[in-house]
Amino acid sequence: MKSVMNPSRWLGAGDRVFIVVLVAAVVLVVLGNAVAAEGSAMHVSTYTLTLLGKYLCYALLAVAVDLVWGYVGILSLGHGAFFALGGYAMGMYLMRQIGERGVYGHPVLPDFMVFLDWDALPWFWYGMDHFGFAMLMVMVVPGLLAFVFGYLTFRSRVSGVYLSIITQAMTYALMLAFFRNEMGFGGNNGLTDFKDLLGFSLQSDNVRLALFVTSAVALLLGFLLCRFVVSTRLGRVCAAIRDGEARVRFLGYRTENVKLVIFTLSAVLAGIAGALYVPQVGIINPNEFSPLNSIEIVVWVALGGRGTLYGAVVGALVVNYAKSYFTAALPEIWLFALGALFVLVTVFLPRGVAGVLRRRGAKS
Amino acid sequence: MKMARGFQRFTDRSQVFTSLVPAEARRPSKDCGTILYMERVSVSFDGFKAINDLNLFIDMGELRCIIGPNGAGKTTMMDIITGKTAPDTGRVIFGERTDLLALTEPDIARAGIGRKFQKPTVFERHTVFENLELSMAGDKRAWSLLGAELDDADRDRIMEVIGITGLSDVVDRDAGDLSHGQKQWLEIGMLLMQDPLLLLVDEPVAGMTHQEMDKTAELLTSLAGRHSVVVVEHDMDFVRSIARKVTVLHQGSVLAEGNMEQVQNDPRVIDVYLGG
Amino acid sequence: MSHAIRWILVVTFLQLLTAVAFAQEVDPRAATLSRLTERSFDVKERAIDELATYRDDVTRSILTAILAGELYYTKNSGQIVTTRASGGGLAAFDPLSGDEVGQFGKRDLRKITINNSLRSKLRGLLATFDLADPDPARRLAAVEEMIDGIDEETAGTLANLVESEPDDTVRTAMLRAIAMQSLVSGDRERQMKAVSVLEESLNPVIRGRLASVASSTDDPELRERAELGIKRIDSRLSMVRFAETVFFGLSAGSVLVLAAIGLAITFGVMGVINMAHGELIMLGAYTTYVVQQTMPASPGLALAASIPLAFLVSGLAGVAIERSVIRFLYGRPLETLLATFGVSLILQQAVRSIFSPLNRSVATPDWMSGSIQLNEALSLTMNRLTIIVFCLVVFAALSLVLRRTAIGLQVRAVSQNRDMARAMGVPSSRVDALTFGLGSGIAGIAGVALSQLTNVGPNLGQSYIIDSFMVVVFGGVGNLWGTLVGGMTLGVLNKFMEPWAGAVLAKIFILVLLILFIQKRPRGLFPQRGRAAES
Repeated sequence: MKSVMNPSRWLGAGDRVFIVVLVAAVVLVVLGNAVAAEGSAMHVSTYTLTLLGKYLCYALLAVAVDLVWGYVGILSLGHGAFFALGGYAMGMYLMRQIGERGVYGHPVLPDFMVFLDWDALPWFWYGMDHFGFAMLMVMVVPGLLAFVFGYLTFRSRVSGVYLSIITQAMTYALMLAFFRNEMGFGGNNGLTDFKDLLGFSLQSDNVRLALFVTSAVALLLGFLLCRFVVSTRLGRVCAAIRDGEARVRFLGYRTENVKLVIFTLSAVLAGIAGALYVPQVGIINPNEFSPLNSIEIVVWVALGGRGTLYGAVVGALVVNYAKSYFTAALPEIWLFALGALFVLVTVFLPRGVAGVLRRRGAKS
Repeated sequence: MKMARGFQRFTDRSQVFTSLVPAEARRPSKDCGTILYMERVSVSFDGFKAINDLNLFIDMGELRCIIGPNGAGKTTMMDIITGKTAPDTGRVIFGERTDLLALTEPDIARAGIGRKFQKPTVFERHTVFENLELSMAGDKRAWSLLGAELDDADRDRIMEVIGITGLSDVVDRDAGDLSHGQKQWLEIGMLLMQDPLLLLVDEPVAGMTHQEMDKTAELLTSLAGRHSVVVVEHDMDFVRSIARKVTVLHQGSVLAEGNMEQVQNDPRVIDVYLGG
Repeated sequence: MSHAIRWILVVTFLQLLTAVAFAQEVDPRAATLSRLTERSFDVKERAIDELATYRDDVTRSILTAILAGELYYTKNSGQIVTTRASGGGLAAFDPLSGDEVGQFGKRDLRKITINNSLRSKLRGLLATFDLADPDPARRLAAVEEMIDGIDEETAGTLANLVESEPDDTVRTAMLRAIAMQSLVSGDRERQMKAVSVLEESLNPVIRGRLASVASSTDDPELRERAELGIKRIDSRLSMVRFAETVFFGLSAGSVLVLAAIGLAITFGVMGVINMAHGELIMLGAYTTYVVQQTMPASPGLALAASIPLAFLVSGLAGVAIERSVIRFLYGRPLETLLATFGVSLILQQAVRSIFSPLNRSVATPDWMSGSIQLNEALSLTMNRLTIIVFCLVVFAALSLVLRRTAIGLQVRAVSQNRDMARAMGVPSSRVDALTFGLGSGIAGIAGVALSQLTNVGPNLGQSYIIDSFMVVVFGGVGNLWGTLVGGMTLGVLNKFMEPWAGAVLAKIFILVLLILFIQKRPRGLFPQRGRAAES
């Protein structure tokens, strides 16, 4: 563990450039929002700030997916589920923060439970009013699901496309489950109408700024953590599993355990991303579990270039910016564009943008 | 009747109860006489008997060559020993009492069986050094790997193997860039890093020059004694150059066993190889 | 002008009068009929009794009309008429002769009213008419009509008819109807006997009668006997429910098999995960919709024409996908998955842009909307039955193609050993395109079938893709039988879970079960074995 203290050993040139650019961009945005006068070219509105904060959450999610896909070769089509679970855990905390200010004014029960004529809080809502416990759940719930799911599938050596399909089935099943009112998570509408976080109003500009900064810090830490993990011998074993799992077994590694550790770690990161996402968009509903969302994450990573981590961040930012632009300007075109992106990236850019840049760098 | 037989089995002194056989990987001690027992092993794929009532015993420190025509079951036999394929019937015991059939591939590898594949399988996107590092014997649990660092002894060991395999010029190259012969050597090097008690070597000299073949022969012979080595090979010259004891497989079972001369003069072997 | 019309009216009226007079002469029932206009229900009842002595179709139709409230009399002349809508008003007909007697407005006519006792009398009378009908189905319907609320008199009538009844089913029904009456007769012995007759039935009305007897009688022995009868009915009913659930499950399974079988081919033979498979199904469904728009008058013909057309449309789309995208990605299954997912998004949006995002409904031919009644409690709806048969036909045709044709041989060769097949001169890239086309075409046919079950919309395919993959994974890759058995099993399992878990939870349970199943058998129900499967 000595090497953790010496990042120069595990950060490549690309990583350093990425970190510098990311930090500089975040500082610029923060200054633009907090200091620059409205109307000046440097000004960043709170609306834009929140939008960017959302992208940063997506970027962290993309890093989590890249960790399992780019380094262990597990193409998860269900990471949206971990993201959504983290989001729901945060949403539950925010619901409890509403307190008596709901439409029905019930001191304990959230509005949707009053609406459903429930008279007591379900057991899994206990403790969610404590911020610390809720944040623990943000990590524990997705982590636990990933652990159990991974334990079952990796042990029975489900891999490749089978695994992808099963992960997709998992998020699909969760989506169906969360659509049910009986589940106690608000059914169709999900959790929304949040008022405040740790006692601060979610509508205030400062809280928005704080959330943006937190997202940026989480992304940076998540990136560094993943980068460190893949630089250890564990990371090299992961890459070996990606390239030839059977061979790794003959070397005496229990590959299922290695995969399980990484998969769980990745799920926890996705959960954190979801938890930061929810207060910024103000809602979490079962659509976050939809298989389409999960597979979209994969295309961010594919576009950016998998197996680089920073490629995933770039991909997430670019695709989501494009999505925001297209869905506002040309909603008809968006699915065509996204579909075409899937095809073009896989056929023409198998290593993504990062791969192209690397090859350029290698040539010059 | 049934009870009587049960009692008989119970009192049979050579009977080892399955519940008493440890399922965990245990590295046999070096002074056991026989390192591998395969008893009455059979396996069939869709009715085709790939291994048919096979009995094979490998002594500690022995160098054994296994030959046989295509489809004789050589690779399947290795798959069974290393846990890749589960036999339909039979017993496979490693050392004194490790039941290999109860173990998974990684456990078998940890117990001390190393394997080199017919087609060289190295990690093409790792460097030569990293390939050897990954193969190194040691703690292979996921959590330990996170903090695993090479100490000087490890480094020396890797460099030693690099020296033996003649890969010093390409230490930091990706394994995918190596020539076929170099990959063969790298895989042999990976086998050495594992420091197994039993080495299963599938066609080690395919794609090698004559010089390299001689070097391989020398290496394998030097390994025998400290390790037990099982070599599957088609190249008769090579077999002749290293063989002390040869086993001929045919249609999934042992056809003949003995030194090279005995085997070569065995009419059944001649029939299989020439008569067809 | 108005002058002329008045003349015409007068002439018509005169003609009418003569017609009525003439009719009265030939048919004595006319006088009886006219008594129906009286206000007293007693008079009406006697008139009806009198009418009923004439046992022919004319009387029958009159009685039916009274019962349905479709017999009128004109306000000015009091003539009894039946009506039919014509132009702005009503065309009136003489019920005895069937001749048209003129046009009337609604206000010119008055309905012949009846009360409840007359209503049940009419029903009974009509039933006796039907009991004499040569068609056994009609006789059966008549008996079944009587079962609820049968009186002693009717039971007596039936008792006389039972002996001469040639049809077994009708006779059984008659005996049950009589027993229903015996059950409330108060005579202990007859009641006990009645229970033993009635317990053979599955009719809920009969079960209800037994239950009410069991709860109301003071006689402990009879109660016990009735309860035993109910128990017997229930145990047979539960078997019927079981059979019904299996039937529902098989039809649901057939849908799954149809959706999955094309996937089994592309996935099994080429190792390609085609995420656009659902959209190829959708294309088939839209093809059906379009074909039906061109010939709205004959939905049956349109459906028949849709099958080959949908095969062509989806098949060609499949070949296009294979040639333009997938062939660049062989050996990279995960990338293929992503690329075909992109294709599925494009297809979805294309359909949304062309046909609007709204669901379209496709008409079902009449013969598919009926049902087959197997017994009192079990009927098989034709559309479900058709789907099962259709699925089996498609399955049989497909396995025939794979087994007996040259292209099938090539497909199987490539699926078993691509390199070897290529070495033997099989043009593997052409085979790939054809295989993909075949699998996609089958998806199109599945779309035709689905259009008969649900609305056709851009999201149709998405809802089936995961289920289809589950079937393929469950059944074992590269095995058509696995797909058939897997699909049917999942369908039946789902239907058995639905009653106690609800549709959504059942689906979730199935997914969880499948994940656990893969623990035990990672290669599905029918795994491919041997060296080829190891890689």
